[in-house]
Amino acid sequence: MAAVTMRLPVPRKPAVVNAPRGPEKHLVAPGDTITTDTGYMRGHGTYVEDDKLIASVAGVVERVNKLICVRALNTRYNGEVGDVVVGRITEVQQKRWKVETYSRLDSVLLLSSINLPGGELRRRSIEDELAMRDCLQEGDLISAEVQSVFTDGALSLHTRSLKYGKLSQGVLIQVSPSLVKRQKTHFHDLPCGASVILGNNGYIWIYPTSEQRDEETGGFITNLEPVSMSDREVISRVRNCIVALVTHKLMLFDTSILYCYEASLPHQVQKLVVVTLFCAVGGNGKASSVAEVRW
Amino acid sequence: MSERRATLRRLSCSNGASHCSRLLEGTAASRERRKRKGLSAVRREEAGSMAAVVLSEPEKLYIVHGVQEDLRVDGRGCEDYRCAEVETDVVSNTSGSARVKLGNTDILVGVKAEMGTPKIEKPDEGYLEFCVDCSANATPEFEGRGGEELGTEITSTFYTVFSSENSVDLKSLCINPREHCWVLYVDVLLLVCGGNLFDAISIAVKAALFNTRIPKVRVLEDEEGSKEIELSDDPYDCIRLNVENVPLIVTLSKIGYRHVVDATLEEEACSLASLLVSVTSKGALTSIKKVGRGSLDPESIFEMMELPQYVHMGRGWYWS
Repeated sequence: MAAVTMRLPVPRKPAVVNAPRGPEKHLVAPGDTITTDTGYMRGHGTYVEDDKLIASVAGVVERVNKLICVRALNTRYNGEVGDVVVGRITEVQQKRWKVETYSRLDSVLLLSSINLPGGELRRRSIEDELAMRDCLQEGDLISAEVQSVFTDGALSLHTRSLKYGKLSQGVLIQVSPSLVKRQKTHFHDLPCGASVILGNNGYIWIYPTSEQRDEETGGFITNLEPVSMSDREVISRVRNCIVALVTHKLMLFDTSILYCYEASLPHQVQKLVVVTLFCAVGGNGKASSVAEVRW
Repeated sequence: MSERRATLRRLSCSNGASHCSRLLEGTAASRERRKRKGLSAVRREEAGSMAAVVLSEPEKLYIVHGVQEDLRVDGRGCEDYRCAEVETDVVSNTSGSARVKLGNTDILVGVKAEMGTPKIEKPDEGYLEFCVDCSANATPEFEGRGGEELGTEITSTFYTVFSSENSVDLKSLCINPREHCWVLYVDVLLLVCGGNLFDAISIAVKAALFNTRIPKVRVLEDEEGSKEIELSDDPYDCIRLNVENVPLIVTLSKIGYRHVVDATLEEEACSLASLLVSVTSKGALTSIKKVGRGSLDPESIFEMMELPQYVHMGRGWYWS
């Protein structure tokens, strides 16, 4: 039967992460003076008032030669060419789809930027346009790469590789985009049994590693068979680990998720929803210690 | 639609232009009105499903299969609640307040006790007034009038839940029969919608009522017969409410062939029908309400009704 455990309030200890810190970062809040030196050019996130350079967002000051800008930590996703994103289709328009990627504008996926089912290479015709909804509908999740950025800031996506395409069964988590570390590859097959796609836009997709990869389908056939219980447990555990890392504002990359997963193995999956894990992961990816596990 | 436009155009050539421009405007305006009504009908449905997220079919399938096997997306069983945090006495200028965080869902409740006249049909009792405000912080859909639909649904549910005689001792709120009584204004503020709103709001309301301090009053009778009410000077001299019998709402969402407790937003998007059951700590059901577009089998309703009593009795001891 369902058991409910309760405890009285205890003072919350601040999260102390014993990670070796890099060079000290210059953190500013909106309104803080960055510098009074007039020789600098102002970049994003700053403005000039009374000969002082003042920050307009809360974040880290970045300086490149004479240009000073403030990179905000809690912000919408700002796309760059080559980023891997996970997005949800919001609209089906005439020759394109509108994809929601947690950026300021909906991203665009052109009909000419997808792989046709069957892997054919040909010019898109009227029949293709009318059959768009059979490919991707509203609500579908896709993984794609940013091809270019329009002048208004909207991203143009493409799924022109066999590793991108429509996503089938799995779990989506939405985190802040600044917590996803930029890496060479964002598709990871974790040795614990689940695979994860770390989208640069903060959308993390966890799915079961399928045994055989059907290379000719081009990523639009979805597998609707029930996922086994062991895979489900692994996926739930990975999901709770990622949520724990995000709560403590630790960067997400494959090694950090893996170390958190290994540290969580002694506990039951449902208890991980309650547990607060302090996992110190150094900047070079090595877990230095699991400081404390608290209920 | 195009034939209608063609006839209107023909009419405009033959009759006066003003008459037909009004007709054309009429149809355009009525089309706009119908479109607006259609949109608001859709929004009403969506608001009724509490700011639901859109999911793809394979995602819904994954959730439904998981529920059948008693392993939900975050590892919980079908009968497990998320971690809840209850904090009382958070708002200083109220008589009682509470804040509840159930997973993602964040609710703030404030209770203000004010003097009022009793209702005519119940002259020796005070009463409670509920007001639910869906803040635009939760989702942008709640901006302006968007959250009113959901707010009125929650308010009417709470009036039904608290309509039973024994939930709150209303006779203790009476000062002078037919003249003065305490009215408790319970204001609920939805800060973040993370699924399972009714449960969280009911916990917060109970906690806020538990925290409410009503000042003690004395009624002084003058020589002419006019009554004067005197509030005691001591700020700690107050009466507390007995919240033992205040019911809590348990929402059971039907997903596939099983029902789950404490559904997240994604699970609510997969469930077509839910049962809201309000139970007291002694296991008595005070009200049942069904929400959602889907249908529920009567046998499954009896099955679903057995669960809330266990859930509440587990939590019941904490309030005493």
